[in-house]
Amino acid sequence: MNPAIEIRGLTKRFGALTALTDVDLEIPQGEFFALLGPNGAGKTTLISILAGLARADVGSARIMGHDVVSHYRQARAALGVVPQELVFDPFFTVRETLRIQSGYFGLRNNDRWIEEILARLDLTAKADSNMRALSGGMKRRVLVGQALVHRPPVIILDEPTAGVDVELRQTLWEFIRQLNADGHTIVLTTHYLEEAETLCQRVGMLKQGRLVALDSTRELLMRFSGVRLRLRLSDGELPEALKPLVTSASPAGEWLLGLRDHAQVEDVLAQIRRSGRHVVAMEVTEADLEEVFVAIMQGN
Amino acid sequence: MTGFLTLLYKELLRFWKVVFQTVAAPILTALLYLLIFSHVLEDRVQVYPRVSYSAFLIPGLAMMSLLQNAFANSSSSLIQSKITGNIVFVLLSPVSHFEFFLAYVAAAAVRGVIVGTGVLLATAAFISLPIHNLLWILLFAVLGSAILGVLGIVAGIWADKFDQLAAFQNFAIVPMTFLSGVFYSIHSLPPFWQQISHLNPFFYMIDGFRYGFFGVSDVSPLLSLGIVAGALLALSFATLSLIRRGYKLRA
Ligand SMILES: Nc1ncnc2c1ncn2[C@@H]1O[C@H](COP(=O)(O)OP(=O)(O)OP(=O)(O)O)[C@@H](O)[C@H]1O
Ligand SMILES: [Mg+2]
Repeated sequence: MNPAIEIRGLTKRFGALTALTDVDLEIPQGEFFALLGPNGAGKTTLISILAGLARADVGSARIMGHDVVSHYRQARAALGVVPQELVFDPFFTVRETLRIQSGYFGLRNNDRWIEEILARLDLTAKADSNMRALSGGMKRRVLVGQALVHRPPVIILDEPTAGVDVELRQTLWEFIRQLNADGHTIVLTTHYLEEAETLCQRVGMLKQGRLVALDSTRELLMRFSGVRLRLRLSDGELPEALKPLVTSASPAGEWLLGLRDHAQVEDVLAQIRRSGRHVVAMEVTEADLEEVFVAIMQGN
Repeated sequence: MTGFLTLLYKELLRFWKVVFQTVAAPILTALLYLLIFSHVLEDRVQVYPRVSYSAFLIPGLAMMSLLQNAFANSSSSLIQSKITGNIVFVLLSPVSHFEFFLAYVAAAAVRGVIVGTGVLLATAAFISLPIHNLLWILLFAVLGSAILGVLGIVAGIWADKFDQLAAFQNFAIVPMTFLSGVFYSIHSLPPFWQQISHLNPFFYMIDGFRYGFFGVSDVSPLLSLGIVAGALLALSFATLSLIRRGYKLRA
């Protein structure tokens, strides 16, 4: 089975600026993948190359086995992209927009699926409104709809939830999750890291055009920032030897320690016991993706 | 095929939704030209024997309107889509380079021919024109509007701003149409300027088109046909290669 996305040695320059440097990435079919990185990291550039909106200077990319340059028609037919920029054609209504997009993909009688998309994106009431008359969040939903008209096996969403309200964000993710469950491969960029953490099986992080992390979400969470240990002790004071582990976020009367891994918890407890104190309350939590992200971006 | 037809339909709908501005307005402008020039020159100029100046002028005006509107259609549509960003909807789709090219050219040609026909119909109320051979008329109308549709694609892709497009229009398209013999026969020019006019491809479009009405022309209509068809082919070839390379459309 071909991977959904296969990127080999991709480099992209804009004049003197190198937006992507030697990126290799393979995303298997059926995966829910997060592409993360700060502003200007190269996420949109990478997506543009996959979509054929930009050309790589070095390297190659394939969608479902089709090269995005030499077999651009097959590659694009297999791909649905929600662009980051809020673009629309002011000449048309929502339904016209979706019909025209279907037509570009060679589909003539697509009204049943279009109606379902409208319903799933909560746009039915606006179906015959001109695009100009929609709010920003509604326009974004139409963009999502346009990316789905041809039921592409691979769907890439470049910040689909920017400017979308909480309720719709939930329904949107429900829809996307369902598409993923039906076998569609989903790639997502977002600056809401908790979205990526709950939705995505695997995460890639770009930093200044380089892929600096690529792993399953769980592995990243475990490997990179270890665990947090929250403690309340019998006499309130912490043994001196443990003080360097205390993180700045400690609440009053409690200690919040940052540890490498679970094994270190035992170590800490042993030291406390040796000092003659005992633990009144204790909680072990894992770091969230945001902490991992910050740690990676600060350059280890 | 559906991709091409959809893009064509979208392009037709785009100008048809504002038909007053895209079709009615240029017809009115042509009528004003006719009114003014024929009033001033009717009794002073006779280009061909037994053809009044007003009659001579009308095919020229029709062709000029046709050419300018064909150009306006593809160029303004492309630059608007580029500036608003909605060009990505086509660029993301599997519509091929050739379908993309053909849809913009065909829509431009349709608008050009509609405007040209409109000018002829509107002026028919005042002056009746002979029709020597309808086939020549149609042939030159279609080829001429296609050429300008292609030029419009080039200009629309090249220009980043509306004023660059306006410059292209004002410094290239308008002078070439005005100096191509819309208002006069080039035989009335001094020999030097006649030579220059022969280098202007627009001259052959208008001369051949006029031949279809009067059966008389400055140069042989076959020569005009050859030059116009050759120009269309060469331009199309060059433009397709621009599109294929993604010039200014794909980063
Ligand atoms: N068309 C372009 N011309 C010149 N530079 C560009 C172009 N597109 C992107 N860049 C540059 O490439 C770099 C990567 O941009 P890109 O849009 O891929 O970032 P991003 O990761 O999507 O950021 P964001 O989170 O802000 O969307 C940036 O420095 C940007 O300025
Ligand atoms: Mg981006």
